Amino acid sequence: MISFLLRRLAQALGVMLVVGFVAFSLFRYVGDPVNNLLGQDATPVERARLRSDLGLDRPAAWQFARFVGRAVQGDFGFSLRQGRPVATLMAERLPATVELSLVAALLALGLGIPLGVRSAMHQGRPGVRWGLLLSLAGVSLPTFLVGIALIEVFAVRLHWLPSFGRGATVSLGPWTTGLLTADGWRHLVLPALTLAVYPLALIMRLVRADMLEVLRSEHLRFARARGLPEHVLHYRHALRNTLVPVIPVVGLQLGGLIAFSIITETVFAWPGMGNLFIQAVQFADVPVMAAYLCLIAAVFVSLNLVVDLLEWRLDPRLRRAKVSA
Amino acid sequence: MKTPARRRGLAWLDSDPWLDVRRSPLLALSALVLGVILVAAFGAPWLAPQAPFDLSALSLADSHLPPAWAADGKPAFLLGTDDLGRDLLSALMHGTRTSLLVGLSSVALSLLIGVTVGLVAAQAGGWVDALLMRVCDVMLSFPPILLALFFDGLGRLLLPQAPELLAFAVLVLALTLTDWVRYARTVRAMARVELGKGHVQAARLLGLRPGRLMRRHVLPQAMGPVLVLATLQVAQAITTEATLSFLGIGVPPTSPSLGSLIRHGYDFLNAGEWWITFFPAAALVLLSLCINLLGDGWREALNPRLR
Repeated sequence: MISFLLRRLAQALGVMLVVGFVAFSLFRYVGDPVNNLLGQDATPVERARLRSDLGLDRPAAWQFARFVGRAVQGDFGFSLRQGRPVATLMAERLPATVELSLVAALLALGLGIPLGVRSAMHQGRPGVRWGLLLSLAGVSLPTFLVGIALIEVFAVRLHWLPSFGRGATVSLGPWTTGLLTADGWRHLVLPALTLAVYPLALIMRLVRADMLEVLRSEHLRFARARGLPEHVLHYRHALRNTLVPVIPVVGLQLGGLIAFSIITETVFAWPGMGNLFIQAVQFADVPVMAAYLCLIAAVFVSLNLVVDLLEWRLDPRLRRAKVSA
Repeated sequence: MKTPARRRGLAWLDSDPWLDVRRSPLLALSALVLGVILVAAFGAPWLAPQAPFDLSALSLADSHLPPAWAADGKPAFLLGTDDLGRDLLSALMHGTRTSLLVGLSSVALSLLIGVTVGLVAAQAGGWVDALLMRVCDVMLSFPPILLALFFDGLGRLLLPQAPELLAFAVLVLALTLTDWVRYARTVRAMARVELGKGHVQAARLLGLRPGRLMRRHVLPQAMGPVLVLATLQVAQAITTEATLSFLGIGVPPTSPSLGSLIRHGYDFLNAGEWWITFFPAAALVLLSLCINLLGDGWREALNPRLR
């Protein structure tokens, strides 16, 4: 267990270092930081002084070490476009993205698992067939098209829901939330639905496929022979076995929400981090890009780590294989 | 039984996807629709009713027209026009062409890189294999769209204000860098199985050089599944490109793809002018659906267990 954990941790750290190095190279070698700060018509003396003030004349390894040291403390310098600290910009945008992803994750899990179970239980019903067809569309349609379709139907045609922005928000210290106002919720519905469609459809299909397999197994036939009621059979006995292979995939999908939120936030003009990132790419705002890159990588690497450990805990077969190997 | 294809070591040709197209109406329909799309897209310079990106040919008097069957539509503009008076059907044909060109060239390039890396990893083994597969592992743990976004952003940073051709190269390269790992994984797995087989080991003992061994005995066996994967990846590449272009960081604005057309039309959605964004979106969905159906059909044709 310890050696497995250590190996995974070392690997995660390795990936983070590589990502950090890419981010550092962006900072250091794309555009001249001295030019960015002083402009074109500074004297050579001023340039040389700033160079040594910034430590740009030191060895690259030293600079990289300093970059990592600062990044760990959340210091990514100043945005080239807005002239404000990157950390502040990100902190402002963080609540919007976290709330959107969280609601989408709850939607995907809360609907995906029961729908998957039900579609496995009632195979062949017309409703189930339609549901499966819809879920196929859900996994194959690009996110931005789903968003546009929802806007066309619910915002433009029916005028039920707003199509852009976060609506009214409330500040709780440094955190601004849209979850405490009715207007905020109304603004949240369409983006959260858009973001949830892909993982929802995927979870539903995965749960259904695994459930069908479990339903055929011996222990379920035995449980049925004992005369247990159907819902106990399905939710207590079958679902538990179904979830083992599903959990790792689901974990990674929920991490993917943060990535896909880039698209959803652009479609709905949602003031989150993804929107900030796209603007940074469009305007070559290197510090913001680098910071976002490191943040996303950190989220993914830690999720992968957690999922690996979870898989290891949940599946005894994996443990035995590791020991014998 | 030895067909000519098998004698040349191209066993995968024997699976004959066309046979199954004849058997399944859905596949036949997909093939037909895909054929029409391909002809319309690649014939766009000659077939399109209008040259949509020649500003002198456009007339503002014809702007914002709905499709021809609507009350105020004009028969000359079958699918309506956008804000510049551009014929949407023509723009659609050219846009599909751009999307297909980007998708196909990125898949071809990733196929080349992925197959090479996969064969090298399988042949070399040891630390080379371990290193290459670690890289694949790490890349596969991120969603492809995120990698494409990142590589694209990186390319745009390194080459700001690139001329049109270079901008395309950046985009294709970004998609390629995202994609090649899938082929590398598949090819490596298949090649390792093949390398363990008796006839391949015999050929090796006879002193066949690794390059020739791979070309003659390993690659032909691995090619079927890899080409199926490539077919499916064309659809994936086209959607990813559309997403990037929709986000405004894809193809250059001078030659829009389906994604850029959708983005452009999106601005008019709230004004009720649905057709500017609907038709490119429908074309994108149709294109990716047909490719996916055909790819899946081909995979089933190749898999003896499913027959």
